[in-house]
Amino acid sequence: MPQFWMEDFAPQMLWLVISFVALYLLMARVALPRVADVLESRSDRIADDLDQAEQLKQQAETVIAEYEAALAEARAEAQATLAQHAAEAAAAAEQRNAEVAERLAAEANAAAERIAAAKNEALAELRGVAAELAQAAAERLIDAEVPSATVEQAVDAAMREAG
Amino acid sequence: MTTERHIDHDSPMHQFVIGRLSDWQIGGLDISFSKAAAFMIAAVIVVTLFLTLTTSRRAMVPGRWQSVAELWYEFIANMIKETIGTEGRKYFPFVFTIFSFIVICNLVGMLPYSYTVTSHIAVTITLALAVFILVTVIGLTRHGLHFLSFFVPKGVPAVMLLLVVPIEVLSYFMRPISHSVRLFANMTAGHTMLKVFGGFVVQMGIFGVLPFALIVALTGLEIAIAVLQAYVFTILTCLYLNDAIHLEH
Repeated sequence: MPQFWMEDFAPQMLWLVISFVALYLLMARVALPRVADVLESRSDRIADDLDQAEQLKQQAETVIAEYEAALAEARAEAQATLAQHAAEAAAAAEQRNAEVAERLAAEANAAAERIAAAKNEALAELRGVAAELAQAAAERLIDAEVPSATVEQAVDAAMREAG
Repeated sequence: MTTERHIDHDSPMHQFVIGRLSDWQIGGLDISFSKAAAFMIAAVIVVTLFLTLTTSRRAMVPGRWQSVAELWYEFIANMIKETIGTEGRKYFPFVFTIFSFIVICNLVGMLPYSYTVTSHIAVTITLALAVFILVTVIGLTRHGLHFLSFFVPKGVPAVMLLLVVPIEVLSYFMRPISHSVRLFANMTAGHTMLKVFGGFVVQMGIFGVLPFALIVALTGLEIAIAVLQAYVFTILTCLYLNDAIHLEH
């Protein structure tokens, strides 16, 4: 077998060492840094793209959040306006009710006063009639002239007794 | 010596003659250039040109050839990461050179009329010894004399150590032998077999179709073996490096 021809060992080993060292240096200094560079720049690029996508996503989320906040604000404002108007309307209604109630009360009072006045007048008239009647009755029955003051006093007492 | 060296041109072994192309001597050292040396240099050129030309465009989206270069790189990078871990990064160029040199020499050897550098024990033992010496130096510089504990497995009774330690030492020193013979024997056997069946094709005339079909199948197998043996040599290199770096036994 030519593989065991010892005199061929030295030149093979020598050329192997030369070519292996050459290949090692070429790989370590030239080829491998180059491939590594390509791979690294690609992974950097992918990482960059992912970062950018993440940023865009965050931006979109911010915009959505802003929009929702604006929407919520508008809704709250509308609700507040509505509530205010409702309160105003309620207050106006209340006031009108109060005014009407006051006016009715005033009219009722006036009516009561008029009634009281009419009653007093009627009572006063009644007193006069009763007194004259009593005086005339006394004159006619017992033929006694009772003085008006006495008769009026008696009528008053009788009316007070009757309530 | 020259009479012993004659080998018949038709012999299946003739393909393994290193084919001297010059007869150079320096101080008694034979540095003759040969077919073997030419194919080693060819492998260096092929690997270097392939890796530099395919990555010259530095494309973000790699083309077919750039993908091969990247896969090649990442294959070895992952192998080191898985067997050695992060401390293995330092040895990446060395392991990459080992794999690339062997795999290209093996594959170039599959071309008709070419020569297979790795079919010579002189070549594989040199590579294996380089790994062995590197591993031993790394072990001694990283761990000092503590590296010797590698030969003393944990949890073995003291009496048994008398037997186990010499076996461990012997197996350690047998590593370059098994490491180199595995590659050399696979390459030699495969190429010899192809040549033998090739001879049958000629001898059997019309029935030579049968060994020819076999050769087609065997050629496919040999290409697989060429890659597989380069992988085996490289992964063993990684495992030996891991032993020296981590001293786990």
